[in-house]
Amino acid sequence: MRVRVQKEDFDLSAEVRAISGDSKVGAVASFVGLVRDVRMTLEHYPGMTESAIRKIVDQAGSRWQVMDCTVIHRYGDLLPNDQIVLVAVASAHRGDAFAACEFIMDYLKTQAPFWKKEYRAEGASWVEARATDDQAAERWKK
Amino acid sequence: MKVKVLFFAALREQLGKGSEEIDLPSGVTTVGGLREHLRERGGAWAAAFAAARNVRAAVNQEMVQLAAPITGGDEVAFFPPVTGG
Repeated sequence: MRVRVQKEDFDLSAEVRAISGDSKVGAVASFVGLVRDVRMTLEHYPGMTESAIRKIVDQAGSRWQVMDCTVIHRYGDLLPNDQIVLVAVASAHRGDAFAACEFIMDYLKTQAPFWKKEYRAEGASWVEARATDDQAAERWKK
Repeated sequence: MKVKVLFFAALREQLGKGSEEIDLPSGVTTVGGLREHLRERGGAWAAAFAAARNVRAAVNQEMVQLAAPITGGDEVAFFPPVTGG
């Protein structure tokens, strides 16, 4: 498992290759989140961020067959279309890979200590948490 | 009993600081108690920790509820609901 919280960009295909080496891996599901239309700054809680993400990945590993996993989340200043987050999960079969990838992303949205500040023409403002993100994480409890 | 208190994002900006060492007053034994103690400072503190504000907390880098106990040496963080991903 690799968890990285970094300012630098990442390369999806390199990261997918890095978790695909085991010949028992039959599926890699990946998700990349992008900045939509405004410049932003991402703040995080160094130390807690990494451990919170590791806990989420561990939970995914206890529910699905996760042979390897990489989570990268950027912080600092980001521009429209920049990559923000990568979740890539390797498994024997696609069902586990898809489900674990979506679960990790949904939990990361509500459990990992990141905050976005957007810079729009009318000024800077902190992004409000969305109830739909809480609901997305809640549905995995069923 | 001292605790290290951290503030993030909108709270950090509103309070004008990212961290502070606080001597726990006697009777303050939970995260909720500390939040109330900070609110009673008035001014920006009263606004940042107003009851209506949705403030989340972590103790020693674990997300917790307001009823969670705190003790000397703990690292307590207050922040708005997270918006990463």
